[in-house]
Amino acid sequence: MKRLFIGLTALVMTTGLVLGSVANADPKRDLEEYQNYFKKRFPGLSLDDYADGHYSLPAAAAARTEWEEHMAFPPYEIDLVKGKKFWDENGLASCFKNGGKNIAQGYPYWDAKRKEIRTIEEDINECLTKSGKKPIKDLKKGLMAAVVAHFRSMSNGQRMAVQVPKEAEAEYEYGKHFFWAKRGQLNFSCASCHVLKSGQHAGGNVLSAGLGHTTGFPVYRLKWGGLGTVHRRYGGCNKQVRAKPFKAQSREYTALEFYEAYMNTGVPIKAPSMRE
Amino acid sequence: MRKSSKLFTALGAAVLMTGSLAIAPQAMAVGEMPSKKVCEAVDAAKDPVTAGGCLATDRKGGNCHACHTFAGIEKTRLQAGDLGPPLAAMKQRFPDKKKLRAQVWDAEAANRITVMPPFGRHKIVSDKDIDLIVEWLYTL
Ligand code: HEC
Ligand code: HEC
Repeated sequence: MKRLFIGLTALVMTTGLVLGSVANADPKRDLEEYQNYFKKRFPGLSLDDYADGHYSLPAAAAARTEWEEHMAFPPYEIDLVKGKKFWDENGLASCFKNGGKNIAQGYPYWDAKRKEIRTIEEDINECLTKSGKKPIKDLKKGLMAAVVAHFRSMSNGQRMAVQVPKEAEAEYEYGKHFFWAKRGQLNFSCASCHVLKSGQHAGGNVLSAGLGHTTGFPVYRLKWGGLGTVHRRYGGCNKQVRAKPFKAQSREYTALEFYEAYMNTGVPIKAPSMRE
Repeated sequence: MRKSSKLFTALGAAVLMTGSLAIAPQAMAVGEMPSKKVCEAVDAAKDPVTAGGCLATDRKGGNCHACHTFAGIEKTRLQAGDLGPPLAAMKQRFPDKKKLRAQVWDAEAANRITVMPPFGRHKIVSDKDIDLIVEWLYTL
């Protein structure tokens, strides 16, 4: 226990938990430290295992059996069909490189012309408006989640490969700071639960490793009774520590997704997925 | 009747262990958590230990079991987490009650990267209720 904490303090210091200063942003080093930390914490796991969220962790072995049974007849099948239908009927393939196949590993990405991070939800809506159609309003669930599920499923097996060019470093740091800063009345950071205490139990829940977050999304949650995007999940995680949730596609959650997705470099996409 | 005879043994045990006779009567037995019914009826002024035990497992109160296990939790429907150490032998480990209270009031003061919420500093639980929780802790 003691050793862990010393190690953590070191991690916390070097990854800039205290103050992420843009001047010495070093995404590559962050990535290496982050993945090494999990390698040490869960020595039995390969990078591929993290695609299964908390079900890959030793403490969730029993829940995994139940999950595998569910996954034999996944509850998101209907949504996936709906998403594909919408994709085809609206000619969405025409807006994306390679018709949208095998490109999700690069999302979210830094758009050098617009000087902003772009998410797949934004690109889908832009594609719709370009051809005179109405953008999808609800960015967290329902139709948008179904379309994103279809889009990301076309990249299954691709390893996450988000790029952080120099110009994107400020937004990267913004997302990183969001991940490591304590917030809310209950005073947790994302890292409190998904780094420091990953693999342990909060009540009956096994906390997933931050490594692998985003790769299975959108996920069908039994609790939601439907699909949700990763920004929907962020909102839930903020609320449970009595912190203010942000809107899906807000600057905060987009930067957070950018940071998390970059930390997932090398983890294969396995989407959509199912969670309890 | 079952409850009260247990209570009696429990009190006897507490007296034997601590050698103190100045223990207020408790509606909850040692090694058990109070039931919902007991919690609804408890008078904190007369029975601070039971009131504290009620607060400890209240989701809107301490919700301590989310992170700690302690005697009695296994007899409830609650699932204890393991983010923090088991709460046991509190009196031996915190002979200074003030230090124990400080741990609950603001765990961050002792450990900057702790995940234990600062119950007092962030007004998650009132100061009065923290005193009750500490009374309960001291019986573990
Ligand atoms: C108090 C604990 C806690 C905090 C703080 C917390 N989460 Fe979670 N989070 C959970 C629990 C419990 C789950 C459900 C089990 C799991 O998958 O980890 C979860 C699930 C998730 C998932 C889904 C993983 C998957 O594969 O299904 C993501 C993504 C996530 N959290 C991100 C975050 C981010 C980002 C933050 C900070 C903004 C955060 N969490 C803060 C407890 C927490
Ligand atoms: C979200 C997690 C969490 C919650 C909720 C929580 N604790 Fe803790 N607690 C911890 C952790 C982790 C430690 C280990 C020391 C540290 O990190 O500060 C700890 C340590 C303690 C200690 C010191 C134990 C020792 O032997 O050193 C006491 C006493 C304690 N907690 C009491 C409580 C009480 C009472 C509550 C509810 C009012 C509570 N905790 C709620 C996480 C939690």
